[in-house]
Amino acid sequence: MTCTKIRFILIQNRAGKTRLAKWYMQFDDDEKQKLIEEVHAVVTVRDAKHTNFVEFRNFKIIYRRYAGLYFCICVDVTDNNLAYLEGIHNFVEVLNEYFHNVCELDLVFNFYKVYTVVDEMFLAGEIRETSQTKVLKQLLMLQSLE
Amino acid sequence: MSPSVCLQEMIRVIRGARTQGEERGVIQRECAAIRAQFRQADNGGRSHNLAKLLYVHMLGYPAHFGQMECVRLIASSKYSEKRIGYLGAMMLLDEKQDASLLITNSIKNDLSHSSQHVQSLALCTLACMGSAEMCRDLAPEIERLLKASNSYIKKKAALCAVHIVRKIPELGEMFTPSAHSLLSEKNHGVLHGAVILITELCERNPDNLKQFRKSVPELVQIMKNLVTSGYSPEHNVAGISDPFLQVRILRLLRILGRNNDAASDAMNDLLAQVATNTDSSKTAGSAVLYETVLTIMDIRSESGLRVLAVNILGRFLLNNDRNIRYISMTSLQKIVQTDHTAVQRHRGTIVDCLKDQDASVKRYAPSQRWHIDTILHVLVTAGGDVRDETVPNLIQLITAASELHCYTVHKLYRALISDIVQQSLVQVACWCIGEYGDLLLKGECEEITPMQVTEDDVLDALETVLQSHMSTPTSRGFALTAIMKLSTRITNNVDRIRSVVSIYGSCIDVELQQRAVEYNALFKKYDHMRAAVLERMPVIDRNSSGQTNGDPSVEPMKEFNQPKPVQGVLIQEPANQVCDLLDLLGDSNPPLLVTNDHTSTAPNSTNSTSSNVQDNLLDLLGGLEPTPAPSVTVFEKGGLSLKLQCDQQTETSTTVTFTASNSTQSDITGFNLQAAVPKSVQLQMKAPSGDLIPAQGCGTVTQTVLLSYTNKANLKMRVRLSYSSQGTACQDMVQIDSFPSPAWS
Repeated sequence: MTCTKIRFILIQNRAGKTRLAKWYMQFDDDEKQKLIEEVHAVVTVRDAKHTNFVEFRNFKIIYRRYAGLYFCICVDVTDNNLAYLEGIHNFVEVLNEYFHNVCELDLVFNFYKVYTVVDEMFLAGEIRETSQTKVLKQLLMLQSLE
Repeated sequence: MSPSVCLQEMIRVIRGARTQGEERGVIQRECAAIRAQFRQADNGGRSHNLAKLLYVHMLGYPAHFGQMECVRLIASSKYSEKRIGYLGAMMLLDEKQDASLLITNSIKNDLSHSSQHVQSLALCTLACMGSAEMCRDLAPEIERLLKASNSYIKKKAALCAVHIVRKIPELGEMFTPSAHSLLSEKNHGVLHGAVILITELCERNPDNLKQFRKSVPELVQIMKNLVTSGYSPEHNVAGISDPFLQVRILRLLRILGRNNDAASDAMNDLLAQVATNTDSSKTAGSAVLYETVLTIMDIRSESGLRVLAVNILGRFLLNNDRNIRYISMTSLQKIVQTDHTAVQRHRGTIVDCLKDQDASVKRYAPSQRWHIDTILHVLVTAGGDVRDETVPNLIQLITAASELHCYTVHKLYRALISDIVQQSLVQVACWCIGEYGDLLLKGECEEITPMQVTEDDVLDALETVLQSHMSTPTSRGFALTAIMKLSTRITNNVDRIRSVVSIYGSCIDVELQQRAVEYNALFKKYDHMRAAVLERMPVIDRNSSGQTNGDPSVEPMKEFNQPKPVQGVLIQEPANQVCDLLDLLGDSNPPLLVTNDHTSTAPNSTNSTSSNVQDNLLDLLGGLEPTPAPSVTVFEKGGLSLKLQCDQQTETSTTVTFTASNSTQSDITGFNLQAAVPKSVQLQMKAPSGDLIPAQGCGTVTQTVLLSYTNKANLKMRVRLSYSSQGTACQDMVQIDSFPSPAWS
């Protein structure tokens, strides 16, 4: 029985600094650190000639590079690559709308807000909300509560 | 103790640190301050401090002293504090920490909070890091929320339920009725969650499968609505209505339809509709189509539908998007292994695509063995339509994978004895058996179950090919040569080989007869040379111009001459004299130019048979149209003119050809070119065709220059010409700033 779901979501820059790490599976701290380093090593050597999918341990990583940031989702080998690729893009478009032409610094200085966006769109290792309008509406409402 | 700075300020300070050591110092100071703050009973900046700690944690520093603070903040009544508390819980707490149990009560309370935002925080945290005990405690709450009126909460509750079911499968029963009723929701988010929940329930428990099969019509209806409905702005991605939901439903249908005829029937129409109506020009559509194909292949679908699915995969192979080609290749590989019939009908397309994509397959092939296996599978199922170049292609691959020789020959032998219809397979198999027969006879091979093969078996197999009316003349040629090669690799049955060879000396087929007669001669008059002639072939280098005249070891290469002459051989325009020598080898790839450097002034190094061989091997590298490249005159003085022509342009290299001609009354002698390029460019000058330029345009001197660079914009060259004209020595310089691009690039 395959437990198909997202294992983790990572946003890293080219230098390997983590901008977001959302884990949907149980890992120790040092395991997490190791995973982060491995993902970085695997993803940064690839260029435009490669696909956006790479095998990783016994999972696979769907990733996409936006400017200096790599958005990586680690999923099960039986998952639909293209759907998750669209999922990443959906997520980035929301970030873009929310932060008004988002750049890496936005994600750094507002990291806890980024987590909120992630939690609106992904939950329990699955894609949760796909309507950008709905997510943005929700985010703005939350912002007013602060 | 330094006063606590707000989060943004701290981030700025940390980023300002110039070294790792400096950063560590800043962080240590900040952590000390935060720790002190935590110890204070009451202060307004608690959430800021925890936020700072979380940032530090993200950078990789330890932060476990913040765990209790998370618990405290979660219990707070202020939203801003709760929110950071929950975030901290998700980041710092996990099942193993005792502190996680402490928040169970808070979560329970918050699940019934009046504000849906608070409820959502609690749901989120539970779904993210809820341990088994927590889930058990809180499952009833979640179940209640699944029936709540607010769709925002229902969405989250559904996925929370998914998490609970994953942690404690027995609790799945609790959610089954609600999951069912959620399917009638209109809200996409809720539907999405419900479908995922049902998927999870079905995967965990076969009883649920039976129950949810009854929902197939409902699911089919939902899909139909999605596919046929008009533009819905909220969930639209590139013209597809909520592709994520479509993909999930398709996946659920796959699980429900597997091994069940009734369910599969019910979804046949829908799958056909989705397959034909979905626009695959963007990734979203392709994602849906891909999932559809997977579903079709997995359930008990009718053959027409399967054909449709394979068609779609075939189309994907031609797609511009590398990602799509990749997934279709991997799927096809799986399908070829399990479902030959569906694939058979589309041999042509698939094999064509595979042939084109050979370079990509190579790049993606996790190993040479995978690559060989894949091509073998294709040959076995669709060998009849394989292009002839695949045979030498595969052979070259096999020779290169020396550790796999034993494995490969065993596999091919087995394929050969089971079926000799597919000619390409037969040819490759014969070639390998001839080459590696000794490995085959040894019997053991690590990666394959051992099978004892005797010399007689092998010879029987080859003779069957030789005698069968199904074999083409080419294949029979392969078989005969293989039999001959075995004469040096086996010990007992050499006489049998001798008799076979002599029989075919009077064969009607001229090609076979010629071979047999020659081999006969090898047995008789040239027996002393036989071992040397028939020894193992060296690894065939794709770019090699290793064929030399009259070497008997070239003989086995005759097989390569059989295939049809090449498409699109890269030949330089005859007007361009520089490559007239290289032209015979039919290759203008730079590596080849390198090896021919020494021979470019000696025209006798090439011969037509080897060029033929080269053509066959090299057109694999892709045909380039032989259209003339424009040439530009870069220098003209006193009757001497120098023309420049660019060929072979890639992103990082260019081959430039200089042609010097002389329109004066007397010859120009001692003609010599020197070139200089900027530092970022590398230059390699080939030997010129000569140093005498005949008068009145009777001849030219040509010289090729190879340039490689990282940035084409920097490409410049300065050329100095030295020569003697009418008794005087001259020297001229010309700067070339722009290079004409070839006509066909």
